[in-house]
Amino acid sequence: MNVQLLTNALAGLQPTHLVFLVIAAVTIIGAIGVVSARSVFASALFLILSFVGVSGIYILLGAGFLAAVQIIIYVGAISVLILFAVMLTRNMGTETRSQFNRQAGISLGLCLLLAVFLSLAAGGIEWPISTDQLPANQVIALGQQLLSAQFVVPFEVASIFLLTALIGALFIARE
Amino acid sequence: MMVIVAAVLTIVCVLTMMYLTLMERKLVGRIQDRIGPNRVGPYGLLQPIADAIKMLTKEDITPRAAHRIIYNLAPVVIIPTAFLTFAFVPFGRGMVAADLNVAFLFILGFSSASTISILMAGWSSHNKYSLLGAMRGVAQMVSYEIPLILSALSVILIASSLSLNDIVLAQGGYWFILGQPLAFIIFLISGTAELNRSPFDLPEAESEILAGYHTEYSGLKFGVFYIAEYVATFAMSATATTLFLGGWQGPLLPSWFWFFAKTLIMIFIFMWMRGTLPRLRVDQLMSLAWKFMVPLALANLLMTAILLPLVHENPYLELIALIGGTLVVAAGAIFVATRYARRPGTSSALVPGEGVVAGQ
Repeated sequence: MNVQLLTNALAGLQPTHLVFLVIAAVTIIGAIGVVSARSVFASALFLILSFVGVSGIYILLGAGFLAAVQIIIYVGAISVLILFAVMLTRNMGTETRSQFNRQAGISLGLCLLLAVFLSLAAGGIEWPISTDQLPANQVIALGQQLLSAQFVVPFEVASIFLLTALIGALFIARE
Repeated sequence: MMVIVAAVLTIVCVLTMMYLTLMERKLVGRIQDRIGPNRVGPYGLLQPIADAIKMLTKEDITPRAAHRIIYNLAPVVIIPTAFLTFAFVPFGRGMVAADLNVAFLFILGFSSASTISILMAGWSSHNKYSLLGAMRGVAQMVSYEIPLILSALSVILIASSLSLNDIVLAQGGYWFILGQPLAFIIFLISGTAELNRSPFDLPEAESEILAGYHTEYSGLKFGVFYIAEYVATFAMSATATTLFLGGWQGPLLPSWFWFFAKTLIMIFIFMWMRGTLPRLRVDQLMSLAWKFMVPLALANLLMTAILLPLVHENPYLELIALIGGTLVVAAGAIFVATRYARRPGTSSALVPGEGVVAGQ
């Protein structure tokens, strides 16, 4: 890490990079909040923050459809499911205790060490970058791929899974 | 340039919301055979300003046992979910802030995200009525999203695009309300339920459950929830106009005039329903969603998907085929509904309220 490398990095900084840093920070703060928040409801809300951050990353990658679907499915449906589960659990409202114990310092050190090693390992690999063009209209391309011979069977099987889950939920709820 | 657009949108938004509250009160008043507010200013036109001043000067109470941070965050979270739809709706020819080709999905996503704010408000108030109101409200909103999406999907099939601008342009031949009347009705009913408006407003009904999820909010925070509800009403009406009433299409007059006129007609219909129809019980409205709206919306989607590839080249043939298909689906729905309703002893699938409560 010399000064030249740093100045090169700063010179090539573009607005997109700043936006990415902000969105990545939001996602990571959300993720840390999930595991360290005192009440379970707050953990669930941090998870929602994380989901919104991931949606932002999808937008930066140019996948608008995926970003919208992430908001609809994760923030609009799965988060609601998680929040209902938290609210319907007895005594969840009064459980507020610190998520850290006495080994917090050592584990933080070990995690940082692990992060440094992983970064060095991942940074030393030549990741191949795809030269495919993004399709002009993502939604049409997605629709065609979903019903093509490669993906139609998993697509239909997934729908049957969801139907089974729905029927199972109804059956359990009727008891 | 974008700054000017944002400023204009904000001013239009704020003015519209203020005068929507007045319109609602006067309209519901007239339906109830009384004049609405008419003391403050000529014809009550300064009433919204009086309301705003009242809300700003009320005491801001936070319950002692409330989870303070979440309690204060809930009104903050609902604002983007209500206001961001304005970025995607085409207000006129070429007047759309963000012309994405997945715009409709984002509108859907934001209206789904408003459920989080309601849960936050209900939970953090530490009040059993708030929690109950919030859970009912969210259950209702999540259930009615399905017929909403399915009915809009039929329109998207005809327009072959998720972009709202493309959907408006595709209505140059005929407005989609003529080709998909059933989808329009389903969208209207589901939209009312999404907005928690009468006749689906049990979660926030004043006389039933105190005031539901915003019981414990006072002053400006309540004002924010109130404003967000009206903004969402305007957004839902704008979406309905774009999907079914031809958006900004119209002869002679400027396109934004047509857009606002049609949106005002949709808002008028929402307020008309509020003044006229009695409130549904929560099990009735859930039963209506899952046992009637979802199958009907699916049948409509099926009909559209079957007919469309056959007739898509010719707009006149398409319109006639869709109307014919709608009549068939409606006849089938009426047949099934009348056959399975009101017969004592049958395991009624469609009568709201019977057989829904656990234990039959």
